[in-house]
Amino acid sequence: MKFKLAFTGVAAACLFMTAGTVFSPISVAQDAGSKSLRPASSFQSIANQEQRSAALFQEAGKVIQHPRCINCHPATDRPLQGASMHPHQPPVFRGDGGMGLPGMQCTTCHSAENTPVVGQADTIKSIPGNPAWHLAPIEMAWAGKTLGQICQQIKDPARNGGMTMDKLVEHMAHDELVGWGWEPGAGREPVPGTQAEFGELIKAWVDTGAACPAS
Amino acid sequence: MVTFTLNGQERTFDGDADTPLLWVIRDFEKLTGTKYGCGVAQCGACTVHLDGMPRRSCVTPISMVDGSEVITIEGISGKEADAVKTAWAGLDVPQCGYCQSGQVMSAVALLQMVPKPTDADIDGAMAGNICRCATYHRIRAAIHNAANSMEG
Repeated sequence: MKFKLAFTGVAAACLFMTAGTVFSPISVAQDAGSKSLRPASSFQSIANQEQRSAALFQEAGKVIQHPRCINCHPATDRPLQGASMHPHQPPVFRGDGGMGLPGMQCTTCHSAENTPVVGQADTIKSIPGNPAWHLAPIEMAWAGKTLGQICQQIKDPARNGGMTMDKLVEHMAHDELVGWGWEPGAGREPVPGTQAEFGELIKAWVDTGAACPAS
Repeated sequence: MVTFTLNGQERTFDGDADTPLLWVIRDFEKLTGTKYGCGVAQCGACTVHLDGMPRRSCVTPISMVDGSEVITIEGISGKEADAVKTAWAGLDVPQCGYCQSGQVMSAVALLQMVPKPTDADIDGAMAGNICRCATYHRIRAAIHNAANSMEG
């Protein structure tokens, strides 16, 4: 315990010195299909309603399992960061309301909007921000789970913030912090499609019985 | 034109709106106690207090500071600051000293929020302030000493 602070500092210093490597954006080869969302209406061709419902959620999963979303739905009290979903640097932790610990709250670095970083290397272009910037509660942890497990979790009021399915649709389609995923600031890949398209997928999924993918 | 309070004095800045607060403090106000370390909010050397909360000035556009109160190492005051200053000198905390104004600003903010911090509280608040001389043990001990000195 006594050495924890020193160790954290040394680890952070090592990261600091190798910042050029750490901050290098990881290029992920992606086809056009992973940057867009199929419209909900295009799933009508699946005759079986349960299969159609699961397929709709599978498509929405392209957003849900994207690093922009998973990074703030971590399995521990520490957020993740970047396309590689590495532990957040500097080391920060959940704290009250998911807004950080006293003296090291999210607002120490993050502000109400994405903030361009000026006069620095191109490897980090902006600090992400939003008025509601905070971690999802631990019961809403998604990191490390399959899409099927996330699907079951999202339907469970004990693990979705007590939301009804109608409120869930509203949250996905219109919540401002969810919407940040499509406007993540320079240097970060947005989640696929648009929030409206994503909201339509979630609504169609709910309307077809909210079936979940097997895995 | 941005108007803000710096260490209790009203100041204005009419340069580029995206100029980081750090460079307004250092280059225009000539207060060089606040340090440039990494420029990307990874090291904590540039920590100031913005409306009473610790803030990395290197990633704070001056446009965000309009109407706000900024306190730097040159202007920090109060019982927590006095206790930290005494404790820092008592343990001879700094080695090279470069990171220390950021360390002190974070330590004072922690004590303002948590007057009697545990080791875990200190680790949580100070983990974003890197010291390449690894003075972490003295920093932690000095924060405890500062907290103890404020009791009663």
